[in-house]
Amino acid sequence: MIPGRQQPTNLEEFLEGLWKQNPVFVMVLGLCPALAVTVSAVNALAMGAATTFVLLGSALLVSLLRNFIPREVRIATYIVIIATFVTIVDYLIAAISLTVYEALGPFIQLIVVNCMILGRAEAHSSKNPPLRALTNALGMGLGFSLGLLALGSVREIFGSGSLFGIALFGADFQPWVVMLLPPGGFFVLGAWLLLFNWWRARTPAALKAAEVQSHG
Amino acid sequence: MTALTQPAPPPATSSLAMIRTLGVVATVCGVLLVLTYQNTLEAIEANKRIALQRAVFKVIPGAATMQAYYVSPTGVVEANGAPPPGGLKFFAARDAAGQLKAVAAEAGAMGYADMVRVLYAYDPDRQVINGFGVVAHRETPGIGDKIITDRGFLDNFRALDARLNDAGTALVNAIKGVKHGARQHAWEIDAISGATVTSRAVAKGINDSAGKLLPLLRPHIEKLKEAP
Repeated sequence: MIPGRQQPTNLEEFLEGLWKQNPVFVMVLGLCPALAVTVSAVNALAMGAATTFVLLGSALLVSLLRNFIPREVRIATYIVIIATFVTIVDYLIAAISLTVYEALGPFIQLIVVNCMILGRAEAHSSKNPPLRALTNALGMGLGFSLGLLALGSVREIFGSGSLFGIALFGADFQPWVVMLLPPGGFFVLGAWLLLFNWWRARTPAALKAAEVQSHG
Repeated sequence: MTALTQPAPPPATSSLAMIRTLGVVATVCGVLLVLTYQNTLEAIEANKRIALQRAVFKVIPGAATMQAYYVSPTGVVEANGAPPPGGLKFFAARDAAGQLKAVAAEAGAMGYADMVRVLYAYDPDRQVINGFGVVAHRETPGIGDKIITDRGFLDNFRALDARLNDAGTALVNAIKGVKHGARQHAWEIDAISGATVTSRAVAKGINDSAGKLLPLLRPHIEKLKEAP
């Protein structure tokens, strides 16, 4: 904890990842899976769930071992822990559904290099007790899933004319194939970032304006 | 003059502590990994079996059971374990009465982006390829992936000529992909307009696979028909 700063409540800890520090829209971290697998809403949710699992597992273990890990070997230790949970989730997904496993392809294994996870271990879990670390990791994981879902649903709606596999527009709809290709990922991410930042910039300004009005 | 107060340097970590930490963490992680591997292995194997069976039944409609075999110059063996030298894998599918419906095999060739892997069915009585399905591909969505859905393209595989010569050593006519609308013979595959590279990859994959598998399989077809 930073001296002089108040300890955040559990709710604040949870909401940090969902909104204030959203990994996709605010920190713009973990873009490799965010762009690569979000061609459909189902893929986005599966990737979000897998990443959340790895975040939770590594947060718990790093937090439990935080007083035991010397600074000098912390990165090596975190990487081993993260790689373990990525391998576990890889086996679990293959055991649950081969269809999802094949749709996500190599991107499950690539969770191991998602900078958001190592970032959480280094910046949060290594400094906080298990419950607090888990709360923060859950918020971050859900925030990441939400970001992926926002990308995946828009890309699926325009690229395939469906959402969660349910056709929306009938047979006459000509899919925008570009949405399923990498450039489409960038377009949609750009549009969401624009919307999100406009919203964030607008809220304090609106509050200020309201304040001026009430005082004036 | 005021003395500068310097923070005390952090106590040095002993090498033993570092090695011990890494050792303990690696051991804990190792145990977790082995436990997960052992507990999911059965489910993963079962999933793979079901997925393969589904794929084979899709290219051979009416099939009720299937069995994987290896065929090599020395004969046909059930596919359990390592393939014999020069062995090729194929699947024999039977209907509910135990009659051989068709054999299926996997084929693959380089497409536009990566390997296009397909499964095809071969009817030994009519000597035609009469079933087709895509196993894996990374072709462009909306273009190359039409090989999965394009009606005209799938019509190529109603009775694609795969006759062997009299000696049974090779296909009489090599299976090849031709430009959209240029199909003239029963052994040609009419490409999808705009996805010629992917269509030709399918043709090349099937030609290479059938060219090797069918001559090996020919002497054993009668035996396969008898075996339950």
